[in-house]
Amino acid sequence: MIANYGYEDGSGFYYITVDTDICIGCTEYGCTKVCPGNVFAVEMDDYDDFVCTVAEGARKRLRELCSVCKAQNGSGGTERKLPCTAACPGGALRHSW
Amino acid sequence: MTETQHFWRWSEKTYQAPDLDWRAASSITVGVDVGSVSSQAVILADGKLLAFNSTRTGSSSPDSALRAFRGAAEPIGLTLDDISYAVGTGYGRVNVPFADRTITEIACHARGANHMGGPSIRTILDMGGQDCKVIRIDERGKVLNFIMNDKCAAGTGRGMEVIADVLSVPIEDIGRRSFEIDEEPAAVSNVCTVFAKSEATSLLRAGWSVNKVLAAYCAAMAQRVAGLIERMQVEREFFITGGIGKNIGVTRRIERLIGVEAIKLPADSVLDPQIAGALGASLFAHSLYRKAQKEAAAAGGTAPGNGGTPGGAAEPAGEGAGVAG
Repeated sequence: MIANYGYEDGSGFYYITVDTDICIGCTEYGCTKVCPGNVFAVEMDDYDDFVCTVAEGARKRLRELCSVCKAQNGSGGTERKLPCTAACPGGALRHSW
Repeated sequence: MTETQHFWRWSEKTYQAPDLDWRAASSITVGVDVGSVSSQAVILADGKLLAFNSTRTGSSSPDSALRAFRGAAEPIGLTLDDISYAVGTGYGRVNVPFADRTITEIACHARGANHMGGPSIRTILDMGGQDCKVIRIDERGKVLNFIMNDKCAAGTGRGMEVIADVLSVPIEDIGRRSFEIDEEPAAVSNVCTVFAKSEATSLLRAGWSVNKVLAAYCAAMAQRVAGLIERMQVEREFFITGGIGKNIGVTRRIERLIGVEAIKLPADSVLDPQIAGALGASLFAHSLYRKAQKEAAAAGGTAPGNGGTPGGAAEPAGEGAGVAG
């Protein structure tokens, strides 16, 4: 499943995308360890698989929580420059910024 | 003393199937959707719709869940002890006191929409009380992709409630009245609920009719939501769930913007797009209960819940319990 969590501001839509099919089987949970905003959590999904998700408490605060790292990605693209995307061994995490 | 009229107050709805005797059923499964604005309970007897109730969420999620359940169950004499298996969903899902398991509203709306609209449904727009989501599903109602935005109250049911109060128009009349205009106005540029009152006042002062202001708000709300849908790219068939699914002022304008007509429930259907989440939860409850029964039979034990006999004692959740992401 592809899960997109994000927000919209004056300059456009911004999303964190998690490919949970890649997450299944991950045991490192790097995303949860490196995120300074504690945005990520590993939870059992609706199909009984443990996957990365944007934590419930962070879903409406991404604008604020991700602002710390957002600038590190420059103009976006496929390079995994952000702490969370760099820490994800399978490349399950992507950001639109 | 004058009585205050609450224009935002939508009709709470309850339904009990007239020809279904739950006492003859081998399983009673329940789905409860505790949302930020409304709570619903759907009860199935052997997988068939027995009753549902939709009510406003109060300050306590457990109380709201119980009130939603009792509103559906009490008219037919059904109690918590008769439940075989219950699934909680929605924002307050972890606070449904009698749930055997929780499942996200994303999966539940997907399953509910699949049941309501049929297996051809591929894209769902869930317009809830305080957020909206676009969900892509397969023919079985399984979620393939979803997009969730941190919409503020603008673009949600709560935003529409505020506008109803500001303009003193009953919320259920907004959709119809938003089309009683000479020509479609431009959408208001700012749908911020906080500024709704001052903006509406300034438009009325500028000579706009109330209906024209409603049309401009519905159009603005539709534009914001259409932007979210277009990011996902609509695949037919398209279905709208949630309370705003009943506001034609918003839904028809969304259809115009995205160029796809949403599948509608038949005019004689007892179902309601607002109960899609609870319906999906009740269908999950039915499947999970049957699965647990099969596993218990294979192991020579008993299934969770009351063991499948309505009227029996309810038991706490077994291994099936868990918090979904």
